[in-house]
This record gives sequence, C-alpha cells and structure tokens, in this order.
Amino acid sequence: MADKMADGVLLNHNQLHHDNDGIDRRGFLKCMAWAGTGAVCVVQGGVLRSFALNSPEAKRAKGQISFVQISDSHMGFNKPANPDVVATLKAAVDKINALPATPEFMLHTGDISHLSKPSEFDNVDQILKSARPQEVFFVPGEHDVLEDEGAQYRERYGKGTNGAGWYSFDKSGVHFIGLVNVMNLKAGGLGSLGAEQLEWLERDVKHRSHSTPIIVFAHIPLWTVYPDWGWGTDDSAHALSYLKKFGSVTVLNGHIHQTMQKVEGHITFHTACSTAFPQPKPGEAPSPGPMKVPAEQLRSLLGLTSVDFVRGKRSLAVTDSTLA
Amino acid sequence: MRKIRLVVAFAMLLLMAAPGPRRVWAATAPGSAPATAGGTSPIAPDKASAGVDVKMDNFSFTPQEITVKAETTITWTNRDDIPHTVTSTDQVFKSKTLDTDDKFTFTPTKPGTYSYFCSIHPKMTGKIVVE
Repeated sequence: MADKMADGVLLNHNQLHHDNDGIDRRGFLKCMAWAGTGAVCVVQGGVLRSFALNSPEAKRAKGQISFVQISDSHMGFNKPANPDVVATLKAAVDKINALPATPEFMLHTGDISHLSKPSEFDNVDQILKSARPQEVFFVPGEHDVLEDEGAQYRERYGKGTNGAGWYSFDKSGVHFIGLVNVMNLKAGGLGSLGAEQLEWLERDVKHRSHSTPIIVFAHIPLWTVYPDWGWGTDDSAHALSYLKKFGSVTVLNGHIHQTMQKVEGHITFHTACSTAFPQPKPGEAPSPGPMKVPAEQLRSLLGLTSVDFVRGKRSLAVTDSTLA
Repeated sequence: MRKIRLVVAFAMLLLMAAPGPRRVWAATAPGSAPATAGGTSPIAPDKASAGVDVKMDNFSFTPQEITVKAETTITWTNRDDIPHTVTSTDQVFKSKTLDTDDKFTFTPTKPGTYSYFCSIHPKMTGKIVVE
C-alpha cells in the first residue's frame, strides 16, 4: 500500500496524457506500475516521463473542458464489502467539491442503483444534488435495467435519448457519445450494443471532422478486459471501426470496479473505480464479485476520475483519485 | 420421441404467441418458496416429486447441469452477495431479480433440455435435462 503524503495529496494518482501515436507501450505499462507508489506518469510528445506526485509538472493541466466520471454507485448494496454505499458516494461528492477547479459536469457510467429500485435512484439523485457540477450525464449499467427493460432508467435519466438510452452531445467542441451495452444480453455472451445502436452511431459520427475529439462512455468496457468474467462487449469492434478516422478518441467505462487503461493507436480506453465496492483483478479470484478488504483499506480502492481536455494538443488528461 | 418433440415445440409456440407478459410454467415470488424436501443431490432422485436444489454462488449455478424426471421441482437459491436471475434461453421461464437468499422454483412438465443463464451476468449459465 502506498504511504500517505504529508501534505494530504491523494494516493494512487495516475495521470495520462495522450498526445499522439508512437507511445512506448511497454514503458507506459511499467510507468503505470510505479503510479501506485505516488508517481505520476505523463506522456509528453510521445515520451514517457514520471514525476513525483507533488511536483509542479504533475499538477493537473488546465483544460478548456474538465469533467468528472463517477461509476458503479450501486445504491442499495449493503453487504460486507461495503455496508454503507451512501457514505462512500457522499465522500466521492465531497472529493469532487474539493477539487481546485469545479468540473463543468459529471458522467455516471452506470450501475447507479443496485436493484433498480425507485428509492435507490432517489437516493443517488439526492446525494448528487450537493455536487458542485449539477449537470450529470448517465448511461445505465445492468443493475439499472432490471425487471422493466430499463423503462424506469429512461424515465429518470434518458429523456431525449434513443432506443435503450443512447445519445450524443457536444461540449466545447468535444463530441460525447453515451452508449448502452447492458440490454438483451445473450447467454454466455458479453456486453452488447446491438444493430440499431450501431447504425445510429455510424450515422452520428459519419460527417464529423476527424479532428473532433471524441469521448465515448458506456458501462461495460468496450474492449475485452477479461472475457471469462464478461468484461467486454461482443460487438464493440464495429463501434470502434466507425471511430477510426478520428485523431483522438477516449473511451470511458465502468463495470469492473477498478481502474484499467489501454491505448490502441488513437484510442485510449479507461475504466473507473466504483464508489461502492472494489472487485478483484482479472483472474485473481474465483469470480468478479464484491471484494472484501479490511475496513480501513476500502476507500483507497474506491474513487472517481477527472478528465481534462487541452485544446490544441489533442490530448486528454485522465486522472484517477481514490477516496482515501 | 419425435411426437414428444412436436408436442414440446407446439407448446413453446403457444407460449410465445400468448399476448402480454411471458407465461412461466412455475414461478415463485422471491423469498416465498417453501424449502424443498430432501437434500441437494444433483442426481435425478428416484421419486419424481422430490425436489432438486441449485445454488447460485460465485457467479455460478451449482450444479451447472442437472438431470431430472418431469414434474420435479427445481429450486434455485441465491447464496451470492450479488443479485442474479434464472432466465431460460428459450423464454420458457424467467425469475424476478433474486437478491441474496431469494429463491425461484420451476417444475418442468415436458422432457427436453432447458438451457438457462443469469440475464444480469450472462457468462453464468446452466442446463436442465428433463427425462
């Protein structure tokens, strides 16, 4: 476990700048391994550098757009892995409100509720009311669409969206695409986007300039993290093929309750922590269920993600922060 | 055997054609199913009426495959700390969302193979062979 810094700076602070291709992937992975000890890994001009956490270079780049991603709040979960998901979601909101610059808005990448109960959705809404960024964009997780094929989710969070709840919007010249890959899951399969959504996506991006930065957010990872545990999306390759022409694509996911990164050409994939409970690393447990840890360690395995877009560099700074 | 297959196929057509919510042959509200008599033997019991238990734990149905005689009541119990469902791949039966300790029962009346999975975690699959 990393030691706490005397000035109270957060642990496990990863910062990834994705400027262009030519990233030394092996070096990148090695650098990510140092990140747990309090280093910051930055890619500048294609070269990997690491900085001590409290150095000036490690400070978050001022971007033209900045937002926060939270995920997997699982409101209603009350088992030993975290008997109080209300407290940890509130802690995440406190963390967001304590950021030096208030993010413009938030993304919630799903599993808002644990059992799709109205009271669970109500509780999350109530807690998010005290977040400084009041605008929140959601995509559903599989726990949000139980019993009613997502009707309640769409009623609450999907106004103006298409089909099961997919949509796109623009902020400061960045094109955001919210996808739904938790509907109509097939036995033995992974996440699924489906033909209708894929057709919509192809149309949505067809006439956009390749210099438009793209941010895609969806619950289940859009790359195959670990198929045995269903951590992937059956038909994401089609989706990604429509995004091939763009110079900067960032994919933000949740579902796996841990941070993970992958860079492939112009596409950066990133998963966020849960605010409710951690899950084991791929293959390190018999199943991907809630991972029990000593109470004092729980908050160091929960967290949120800050994203800054720096115009002109075509880069996004993706910074993970834990709750403790 | 062919006649039975035809009957099963016809029955499935009827079920699929029925308007409104899908009908299930046997469904129990979570938590209200009586405990099945006998143990949790995965092997077909001698008496068709004795029940068979399947548990859900660690994202698995255990036993994953069971063979039973028709009219055997199968009871699933969720022992995992995460909700699951029991969903037939051929729309023959579907449980509500089952949280920890919730139960679901199904009593097949026709021989055949019934594959099912958890609709929340689709990698979790099981099979019932009804003789």
